Amino acid sequence: MSLVKKDILETIAMIEKDNLDIRTTTMGISLLDCISHNPVITAERVYDKITKKACHLVKVADDIGKEFGIPIINKRISVTPIALIGSGADKDDFIELAVALDRAAEEMGVDFIGGYSALVHKGFTNNDIAFMNSIPQALAETKKVCSSVNVGSTKSGINMDAVGMLGTIIKEIAFLTKEMDSIGCAKFVVFANAVEDNPFMAGAFHGVGEPEAVINVGVSGPGVVKSALEKVKGCPIDVVSETIKRTAFKITRAGMLVGSEMSKRVNVPFGIMDLSLAPTPKVGDSVAEILEIIGLEKCGTHGTTAALALLNDAVKKGGIMASSHVGGLSGAFIPVSEDAGMIDAVINGALTFDKLEAMTSVCSVGIDMVAIAGDVPDSTIAAIIADEAAIGVINNKTTAVRIIPSYGKNVGDVVNFGGLLGSAPIMAISEYSSEEFIQRGGRIPAPVHSFKN
Amino acid sequence: MKAVITVIGKDRTGIIYNISKVLYEHNVNIEDLNQTIMQENFTMLMLVNCAMMECSFEELKAALSTAGENMGLSVRLQREDIFDAMHKV
Repeated sequence: MSLVKKDILETIAMIEKDNLDIRTTTMGISLLDCISHNPVITAERVYDKITKKACHLVKVADDIGKEFGIPIINKRISVTPIALIGSGADKDDFIELAVALDRAAEEMGVDFIGGYSALVHKGFTNNDIAFMNSIPQALAETKKVCSSVNVGSTKSGINMDAVGMLGTIIKEIAFLTKEMDSIGCAKFVVFANAVEDNPFMAGAFHGVGEPEAVINVGVSGPGVVKSALEKVKGCPIDVVSETIKRTAFKITRAGMLVGSEMSKRVNVPFGIMDLSLAPTPKVGDSVAEILEIIGLEKCGTHGTTAALALLNDAVKKGGIMASSHVGGLSGAFIPVSEDAGMIDAVINGALTFDKLEAMTSVCSVGIDMVAIAGDVPDSTIAAIIADEAAIGVINNKTTAVRIIPSYGKNVGDVVNFGGLLGSAPIMAISEYSSEEFIQRGGRIPAPVHSFKN
Repeated sequence: MKAVITVIGKDRTGIIYNISKVLYEHNVNIEDLNQTIMQENFTMLMLVNCAMMECSFEELKAALSTAGENMGLSVRLQREDIFDAMHKV
């Protein structure tokens, strides 16, 4: 047989036992040609364009999943940042655009649509301000729309006026979706150094440098990496790195195959592979459990940052060899609510907020799906965003904050979002004020790129 | 298009007969076949050519799966490319 039996059975075990899947196939669609002088016409054009471009997306993804015998969990759409599309729009016009996006997503049967976004890292346009003020209501009134705002970049510094505004906006989203444990906040992320081709939610948007339409694929497979590492227990750390690389290679190749097949069948060019280890709340599908297999008693203890740095780097190295076009966020995600091992580590007191922040300096994104008490001041949330953006801007990496100040909840409570979003214990954060710092506003200058130490 | 059929379960009579019957009925040609007993489990791998197949991939998959269920076995049908992609540089 041209194929090796061991390889066939290994692939089947990865899929059936270790939860290997293609986490998402995301079609990026440019909406730049939908801009008009009249927001009502813009909304109509947006709906028409999305439903025309993505009409076969879900069916094709399902067919390919069946043919290769590998599940494609999410089908998604990302669009040009809406703040750029709603030329001359006011807050209500933007909400109408969000509703048009939601209708299109519903019609296409996709899981989420991302790109209700603004890029304000150097400052606001008048449109940006109207857009940002629309975010809470837009998220409360829609089901599938995901939103993001980029507040900083290594080239331009951090827009602290935007950071300050977002502390208040996040609290408002939490309040408007309070009946569902403030779930609206799970659909909103604040970035520094946002990437234009990310297929993962809530932060996916179709950047202005992207083509008319594109297919991006995000693979997953923490369970597969964990399973491979179980076989090298006690070996030196170099072996751990090598094992992760080899596993990431295989996972990425599966994603690459799905991506190129998708691109061919929907007649849209292939964009990038995002080689991310994206956990789910299922036991055995956790990034924290990988860190524990590497040798930590609990995720969050001393050594966690080093183990995560090794994991993140090895995933990239293995994946890059397997794909000609790597992009997105690529690395290891460390969301709290979506990862059974992370939840466990928080409940046991092994993982604190501060350690999580340290981990974000070496993971692929940032503070993700963290629930905090609902009465945390706006300025404290803004200061958390500022800290995270600073880590990204200074270290030339993408960082993000997706935080849920869960209305009416306090430390000791647990919030349940259900499905892939999981559940989160409310984490304790500093009680000291950051109010004066945030009140200053302005812009943190871009960092110097030499004299690194 | 080539595909790999994997049959895993408890050994019994008629496994090859019943699986190849489904393939014959849908005009799918067997190009290679390999079977062993691994840890008391019957494991069979078949490489088949679907070029002349007289049904859709999904229908063949369902027919094989039903034949497997009738014998208490799990039967998978996957395009060959997935294994090539993952295990060959």
